[in-house]
Amino acid sequence: MNLPGPDDPERDRFVLSKGHAALALYAALHQIGWLTAERLDTYCGDGSLLGVHPDRDLRGIDFTTGSLGHGLALGAGAALAARMQSSGRRVFVLISDAECNEGSLWESAMFAAHHRLNNLTAILDLNGQQALGYTGQVMDLAPMDQRWVSFGWDVDEVDGHDVAAIVKTVESGEAERSRPHLVIANTVFGYGVSFMQNKLEWHYLPMSDQQYEQALAEVRKAR
Amino acid sequence: MRSAFIGALVQIARQDPRVVLLTGDLGFTVIEPFRDEFPDRFYNAGVAEQNMVGTATGLAEAGFIPFVYSIVTFASLRAYEFVRNGPIAHRLRVRIIGVGGGFDYGTAGFTHYGLEDLGIMRMQPGITVLAPADHRQAVAALNSTYELDGPVYYRIGKDESRLVEGLEGRFELGRADLVGEGEDVLLITIGSMACEVVEAAGRLSAHGVRCSVLVVSSFNPFPVDDLRQALSRFSIAITIEAHYAAGGLGSAVAEVIADHGIACRLVRRGVNETPLGVTGSSGYMSKFHGLASEGLADTVLRTIEELSITNG
Repeated sequence: MNLPGPDDPERDRFVLSKGHAALALYAALHQIGWLTAERLDTYCGDGSLLGVHPDRDLRGIDFTTGSLGHGLALGAGAALAARMQSSGRRVFVLISDAECNEGSLWESAMFAAHHRLNNLTAILDLNGQQALGYTGQVMDLAPMDQRWVSFGWDVDEVDGHDVAAIVKTVESGEAERSRPHLVIANTVFGYGVSFMQNKLEWHYLPMSDQQYEQALAEVRKAR
Repeated sequence: MRSAFIGALVQIARQDPRVVLLTGDLGFTVIEPFRDEFPDRFYNAGVAEQNMVGTATGLAEAGFIPFVYSIVTFASLRAYEFVRNGPIAHRLRVRIIGVGGGFDYGTAGFTHYGLEDLGIMRMQPGITVLAPADHRQAVAALNSTYELDGPVYYRIGKDESRLVEGLEGRFELGRADLVGEGEDVLLITIGSMACEVVEAAGRLSAHGVRCSVLVVSSFNPFPVDDLRQALSRFSIAITIEAHYAAGGLGSAVAEVIADHGIACRLVRRGVNETPLGVTGSSGYMSKFHGLASEGLADTVLRTIEELSITNG
């Protein structure tokens, strides 16, 4: 992403449509130097700006999210704005698979394809899980790729745990693209932590100190 | 009111390249002047109001002033959460045009009646909510508010010709306009209902009842000072609105009376039941619900009589 600074109007835009993953976004903001460690440590504390879902009042957050099915519309508008302003800004939207249950998301998928928003990239975190079950059991979304292809998007699939592969896929063919781009990131919920992997309850549960130490050790080992 | 409003928007768009119009596939014979003059700033977003408001939010974040156009119910209810989490949460300049309040859509039926839009919009902090009384005032309201910070909701009636006598197209944000100088009863109304209410006031004067009509077009910010002043001069005030009685103008006026301890008896007239089981022209439907001038005059007379008896 082109990110000269959080207040630069020509920065690329990012919409965390699956707003519940904001902790990862805060960590990323910290990594690029837009969020201090001190502030990061206030996560979910009383009086903090860093809640479970991201708030635009926090510098570096482009859009407030948290209600699923909203983010792709915001991203489509941001992409359309860039085109209307003859700007090279690009827009990235991270959506979830269960979010595709929302009808509004498909409104935006249609709109982006119809207007050939080739500066819009959506990354779909396909972990196969949602709040009360596995997506295949709650509302089967397969075949996900064909749904998006039929809606007029360029679709690629990638190992969602391979960051280099994601970057490569996002950038591949970028110059020639004439349609919005969907990157399906195949992921495993709780990846890298043996007791969490594919376990629904870890959408909710807090870790004990012992579990925390174990999780940390396993993640470090995996890196 | 619609055509005058879009006509004024075209004028603004000539001066201001930030203005964009999106429609939810509605506005036949209304939106064409904008579309034809500014094809690059016009989008038919299809029958997809949620995405339309979300897209408008993305446009506004980049500095545009997008107007989204649909029928009241779809513009307000269908897209409501997008309005809340979009332009309201982000404090962005998205303008929502809801066409046809009350029974404006007549025979189109229940799904097209706008009876709760003003209430649900006013409930949200930070949004300006306007319901112009006639097409002249609609133009004045647009011209004076299109650049405001934060979102604006415009309830725009379908009638293109009727004018509220004595209003002369005046509009001031956060103010109400007093039409007439009667001292017996204060009638308070909003939006295109004002024509009927002023007409009813004329009928009442023939019965010896002298009314003043307070036209509230700025629903948020609500004209609290003007209302306090007017209410304190009358012992009876009657609110009349093409809106459900709960949460609309009457409720807002009741808040002013309660908040400021004003000694004025308030009677609220609006739509009290789900309007199903009967359809007809907008005139018929308004009459059916006691909101046409003739029925209104009767209602006012009855109310005065009842209250006079109660008060001894």
